[in-house]
Amino acid sequence: MPSYLALTYTADVDWTEPEQAAELAEYREFMAAAGAVVQGGKALYPTATATTVRVAGGKGGDVLTTDGPYAETKEALTGYYLLECADLDEAVRVAAKLPAAWNGAVEVRPIIDFGG
Amino acid sequence: MTNAGDAVARLVRDEGTRVLATLIRVTGSVDVAQDATQDAVVRALQSWSGDGVPDNPRAWLLVTAKRRAIDILRREARRAGKEAEAMITDAMITDAEPAGDDLLRLVFTCCHPALAVEAQVALALRTLGGLSTAEVARALLVPEPTMAKRLTRAKQKIAQARIPYRVPPDDELPARLAGVAATVYLIFNEGYAAGSGEALVRVALTAEALRLARMLADLMPDEPTVLGLLALLLLHDSRRAARLDAAGRPVLLADQDRSRWQAGSIKEGVSLVGRALRRSPSPNSYVLQAAIAACHALSPSYAATNWDAVVSWYDVLLTVEDTPVTRLNRAVAVSERDGPAAALSLVDAIEGLSAYPWWHATRAELLRRLGRADEARTAYENALAQNLSAPQADHLRRRLTDL
Repeated sequence: MPSYLALTYTADVDWTEPEQAAELAEYREFMAAAGAVVQGGKALYPTATATTVRVAGGKGGDVLTTDGPYAETKEALTGYYLLECADLDEAVRVAAKLPAAWNGAVEVRPIIDFGG
Repeated sequence: MTNAGDAVARLVRDEGTRVLATLIRVTGSVDVAQDATQDAVVRALQSWSGDGVPDNPRAWLLVTAKRRAIDILRREARRAGKEAEAMITDAMITDAEPAGDDLLRLVFTCCHPALAVEAQVALALRTLGGLSTAEVARALLVPEPTMAKRLTRAKQKIAQARIPYRVPPDDELPARLAGVAATVYLIFNEGYAAGSGEALVRVALTAEALRLARMLADLMPDEPTVLGLLALLLLHDSRRAARLDAAGRPVLLADQDRSRWQAGSIKEGVSLVGRALRRSPSPNSYVLQAAIAACHALSPSYAATNWDAVVSWYDVLLTVEDTPVTRLNRAVAVSERDGPAAALSLVDAIEGLSAYPWWHATRAELLRRLGRADEARTAYENALAQNLSAPQADHLRRRLTDL
């Protein structure tokens, strides 16, 4: 069965804050309703907690870290779900039920199956 | 080429599209199916011109293409060190006739909303239209390497993201069909907008779009969207000979020589509008646009147009597609029925068209008719400041100097 990653892009919220509880509950409902199609999913801390890592001068070089996400975008990556679907149409149907789809956007990406 | 040769070429092309559609289903790969079908088509053209067309040309093409597909899969498997037989499904051996649904599957996959519109247009022309990559590139005014890359990316996305090869379920069909119709309409417009002096292959896009619309109407004879689309294209196309003057400049609908309109296309288009209206449970945008085109097509002259009917059709169209451009077109019909003053207040009330040259040009024409020359001049100048093709700009400049 093909698998997809659904990346949720929304306002850069802190899911641990009490004011997010109502929306978080909607995501839990989504998980419960979706069933086996959703293989897993996690919420991420806000981009303020992100650290971008680079190694200068190639492998083994100096590790450089910068504060913040790799790409600054209007809407931030706030969570992800692993989906197992028959095809893209099913993945789109599932992604469209994520609250992020109406509060922001969901990027659906097929996962490569290396057969391993 | 002889007439008989032409007929064989046409037959091979039409049947080739069906065979391609079936091969994509049984091989699961657009690339393999394309290579195998191409090979079968070349063989058919060679042997049929000499030996005559076989009794069942479709089956002949399918069997030949399948053998070729199996060869290609075996070769690919050898190269990858895999077992070839696993890739050769039962369907590749047993199917003797292309299934009618395969062509529809191909239509909906090519026009899948997960593909960019440019990719949909390119794929439709390449696979459904059977044009070569070079022909598609020339028709869409894109360099050939760019077009090759666009087609490769689209095919990769179909394979890697698993865009399904199937006709959408009933609940999704109306929305998906609207997407298919939009793609075919876009192909038509690409050709229709091209002037007579431009490369013939570009103008041939209108014929290509008509062929696709006809194919859709054969496959889905009860779908109002499809019947409306075909009617609309036929009715637009019926005016082709009259819409440009000898110098290749556009001629307004009001000034066109209606004796040069194609009666055959009009007859077919009008009858399709009737069929579509009888099958529309609710108003359908393509059917309504075709109904408006039919009002013009059936009128012996511009002055004799039934503007009441045209305005009424626009009123219904606005209930399903309330866009600024539809409002503008309705206002033009109102100007013919109720005069320029009534229309101008409608045009002025439309928001969001300040970058649309025909909004300014329509205002200019109405102001001219109201005798407000200074304001008309400014409006023509505003229209000319927008993006226009050379013949369109020429036309507006002439109207401006006539003031």
